[in-house]
Amino acid sequence: MNWDSVSAFLHMGGYGLYVWGSFGVTLLLLALETALLSRRARRVADEIRQQTKAARPPLKPRHTGQD
Amino acid sequence: MKINWFYFSSPPRFYALAGRLSPLFFALALLLTTLGLYLGFFVAPTDFQQGEGYRIIFVHVPVSWMSMFIYLVIAFWSAMGLVMKTRISMVMAQALVPTGALFTFLSLWTGALWGKPMWGAWWVWDARLTSELILLFLYLALMALRAAIDDERRADRACALFALVGVVNVPVIYFSVKWWNTLHQGASVSLTRAPSMASTMLFGMLVMALAAWAYTIATSLKRARTLLLEREGDSEWARRQFAGDAR
Repeated sequence: MNWDSVSAFLHMGGYGLYVWGSFGVTLLLLALETALLSRRARRVADEIRQQTKAARPPLKPRHTGQD
Repeated sequence: MKINWFYFSSPPRFYALAGRLSPLFFALALLLTTLGLYLGFFVAPTDFQQGEGYRIIFVHVPVSWMSMFIYLVIAFWSAMGLVMKTRISMVMAQALVPTGALFTFLSLWTGALWGKPMWGAWWVWDARLTSELILLFLYLALMALRAAIDDERRADRACALFALVGVVNVPVIYFSVKWWNTLHQGASVSLTRAPSMASTMLFGMLVMALAAWAYTIATSLKRARTLLLEREGDSEWARRQFAGDAR
């Protein structure tokens, strides 16, 4: 174990700003890319669903001759 | 037995395969990142020269390796797309560009945050740093070039050619610390000599590198699926993907 306390961990021996600035921004941007990608995937899926719906002819009532 | 190398170059088959693999690699990336961060912060000892500041290595080296490697993979898929005329190759080449640009930016960002306390400067016009900056411009140029060409097939070919020409920059980055006198330190890991760092440091860095690989595979496969749907949304196979839940 390298750290005596949480504040020592955050202080990083005086390099806190640089270490957390590196790891923080990296994790933030990767999370952002993942979120944007999910949104884009949802959008294109919605679009195709709507197009499919629009292109399909309205369902006609079926006449089987029995009713 | 005859292997059909083009089996997964069929869009619906690729779409299904990527859909299964992407969440798997994403879970793997989360797992490896957690393990790597634990090793990097709680197991690896303090450096005798750089104190705790050296811990930036656990993010800087993996993102920098990935920034170069992704470009090589883009060049590979570009060559495949040009020679084999497979649509999926071009989609893969396109899907990797934003992630590559992101890793290149992060390499420069974490490098600046490491350079400031150790060298006393955020930035120097040194061979390693400058060639990495050029890599970022190449990624941005690939995105701009694609955005500038309306016709998809022309954009594919133009971007593939551009990617292949630009690949010359990757060995320049990699060997820059050997070829020129630079402020940047030499290679952290080499196959020809013993590791220059404690084995726990090395192990933590390799786990983080694997995490970056898993993240890249997960993200590029997911983006490739989305690009395929955007490109071929009108086709029968794309519509069938959503047929079950289109009410």
